[in-house]
Amino acid sequence: MKSLIPIDKLQIKNSIKLDSGEYIDSCEVAFKTYGTLNKKKTNAILVCHALSGDQFCSDINPITKKQGWWNILIGPGKVIDTNIFFVICSNVLGGCMGSTGPSSINPQTKTNYGLKFPVITISDMVKVQEKLVSALGIKKLFAVIGGSMGGMQTLEWATKFSNKVNVAIPIATSYRHSAQNIAFHEIGRQAIMADPVWKKGNYYKTRKGPIGGLSVARMIAHITYLSELALQRKFGRNLQNSDFFSFNFDTDFQIESYLKHQGSSFVERFDANSYLYITKAMDYFDLSVKKGGLSKVFKNSNVNFCFFSFTSDWLFPTSETKTIIKSLNSSNAMVSFVEVKTDKGHDAFLLEEPEFHATLKGFIQGQIGKHEI
Amino acid sequence: MRKNLRKDLFVISKLINDKEKILDVGCGSGNLLDFLLKTKQAICRGIEISQSGVNDCVKKGLSVIQGDANYDLDDYPDNAFSTVILSQTIQAMIFPDKVIKNLIRIGRRAIISFPNFGYWKVRKDFLIKGKMPKNDILPYEWFDTPNIHLCSCKDFQTFCKNNNIAIEKFMCLSEKGFEMKTNHFSNLLAYQVIFCVSKKKKN
Repeated sequence: MKSLIPIDKLQIKNSIKLDSGEYIDSCEVAFKTYGTLNKKKTNAILVCHALSGDQFCSDINPITKKQGWWNILIGPGKVIDTNIFFVICSNVLGGCMGSTGPSSINPQTKTNYGLKFPVITISDMVKVQEKLVSALGIKKLFAVIGGSMGGMQTLEWATKFSNKVNVAIPIATSYRHSAQNIAFHEIGRQAIMADPVWKKGNYYKTRKGPIGGLSVARMIAHITYLSELALQRKFGRNLQNSDFFSFNFDTDFQIESYLKHQGSSFVERFDANSYLYITKAMDYFDLSVKKGGLSKVFKNSNVNFCFFSFTSDWLFPTSETKTIIKSLNSSNAMVSFVEVKTDKGHDAFLLEEPEFHATLKGFIQGQIGKHEI
Repeated sequence: MRKNLRKDLFVISKLINDKEKILDVGCGSGNLLDFLLKTKQAICRGIEISQSGVNDCVKKGLSVIQGDANYDLDDYPDNAFSTVILSQTIQAMIFPDKVIKNLIRIGRRAIISFPNFGYWKVRKDFLIKGKMPKNDILPYEWFDTPNIHLCSCKDFQTFCKNNNIAIEKFMCLSEKGFEMKTNHFSNLLAYQVIFCVSKKKKN
């Protein structure tokens, strides 16, 4: 087989059956790799991105020209050392960084899918990733790692393709989306759909999509990624431009300005329909309803797990992780778990957290000893 | 490898059979688990409260969960392990009675070691000096000690009797970590004690 490594996109010829029952034809997966795959193809780590992420996890993102979203962790000599490992990161199904999603051209109609795009699940995303991994000639991944939605994909890999994974590292995640998580996502979706430019998802001919709605969705979500303490520490009640209140509805407080910036920079790189589809996929995720309960899905698992949670993460609190640990313990699995003390909230998994990085590095080193790479 | 192992842990390791399934509660840096993995091919799991301890464990390739034995043992199913080890930790538990009952529920047997508060030098400290006892394994001052539930060998035996816990084995260690013969004066002479306990079988 011809090597696919230098190519950034894989086209999957066979149609893929989705959880919804629908099929998706000539699906494309955009991906990026770092490091070199060894001869035995045993040193591959699949990195799964979160809701707003993309395949550019390390180095400089060629599109935004900013550092990759996990550049702090992945690269030569870093915690996930690309001198040792072959890192694969793909844009999720439904995304907008090159993989097939609602903004892609529907091969049948030759126009953008829009809402004609089938509703997808985390499991569908993982099915597509598995095709990519197989196409790269990898029979078994050394590890799958991801935070938040990336952690959901990691858990899905560890249950659906447990024979193709040695090590699973789910971070700041859960086995299901809670009512509160769904609630926040629904507000975001409603904000997008209330934007008059949205037009039931059929906005691709307009110059700018529903950026007002998408920006509000991002602002709401961004609050859930932080903690009250971190917000207070960073912004307090500080005013943005003056020492006095403006007594109008312009930006007074620094926190307002910060959120607006988060919103406006997000809309430049993200598709509103993708946001609808991906948040829905997260809301549908629930491992506990599969195969008769959470403890059953992990039964006889040979995967080595290492979970991380963060004390101030209220979006995916430690209690969620502990529920999974409980099930894994009762199914006799190899599981490690660390709760990292931090006030940085859910986003801590993306940030400089020395304790988190030290434990992760140690765990990976320990696993190198256990699995031949 | 044995060099890294505390003497009491080495004595405990001798009680473990090959390929046993072990849970070490309060496993610290994982030295005992690592030793059992390499010398007895044991299936090893651990719980450790400190993040630095967990870091050291995962570095060794061990599966260890950061958690608090006072609360987190409740989550383990019955008879999940052949042996559960609690070394030098029971005296620092908030609910030692609950913890002990959990140990023998989770494991077929539990190995529990602790400093013997009935040791004659401990008694001497209190009797002659009138001060809280201190030694190598009880190094703390009264105000900063994590050891809130110290007991003597006799206290533990009474607890077992009152709670239908069978003592399968009882071992005594001297101050230098050597095994001593057990006898009527063990409560006075043993510096550390090791108990193998299990649920009393109903007749």
